Amino acid sequence: MSPIAFFVVAALAVASALGVVLNRNPVHGACALVAHLFLLAVFFVGLDAQLVGVLQVIVYAGAVVVLFLFVIMLLNLQADVRSMVGAPLVFAAAACVGALVTLILGGLREPGAAAGTALAQGYGETQELARVLFTRYALPFELTSLLLLVAIVGAVALARKRG
Amino acid sequence: MTPLGWYMGLSALLFAIGVFGVLVRRNVIVIFMAIEIMLNAVNLAFVAIARHQGSMDGQVIVFFVMTVAAAEAAVGLAIIIAMFRNRETTNADELATLRW
Repeated sequence: MSPIAFFVVAALAVASALGVVLNRNPVHGACALVAHLFLLAVFFVGLDAQLVGVLQVIVYAGAVVVLFLFVIMLLNLQADVRSMVGAPLVFAAAACVGALVTLILGGLREPGAAAGTALAQGYGETQELARVLFTRYALPFELTSLLLLVAIVGAVALARKRG
Repeated sequence: MTPLGWYMGLSALLFAIGVFGVLVRRNVIVIFMAIEIMLNAVNLAFVAIARHQGSMDGQVIVFFVMTVAAAEAAVGLAIIIAMFRNRETTNADELATLRW
């Protein structure tokens, strides 16, 4: 990905993330979240992770955010005037988060440039990802199916009307 | 080729925005969306490092993170619906007690 494209997409991603966090109306926040997830999918495709980018759009932007919108509309949430904590707490949180970013960025070291330049044949393709997923990560993959089953049963049991 | 450090910096920034959202917002659904932003910031770091190392493992981990995030969203939103049914609110400040 060229540096110009990186900065354009990064700026849009940061703006849409701020849109999620700062928007008073939860529906607008969910729409900003869709934009954010699409922009991250652009990064994934740019980093040779095509399948992950496609899954990002289908699973996240498609399924998860629709679930969010569904619940927001089911509960009929409106724009809230007091959607945030008080101003002193917001400044305190901003200071803490600023310190967090400074700490992480200060700890970054540019690693040796050579490590990843020569990629294996077929890197990032679906076939290669499937090969790793179904050999080295076969057990976690199977456990994932159990997790999803438990999540489905749990979600239905929790949201069901009692009576 | 974009340096790995740029991706890590962007990932840290997006994660921090998510943390900020969790800290300052009152609506539990918006707090949930901020958590999704944090998960995605970490996914970006995983994919960038996988590309840098030339290994597929990072992408597989992202696959698992997405699955867990989807399960988390389903269960979490069900909990929010159950809370709303009992308390008629999604304001985190009013949901401070541990009893129904």
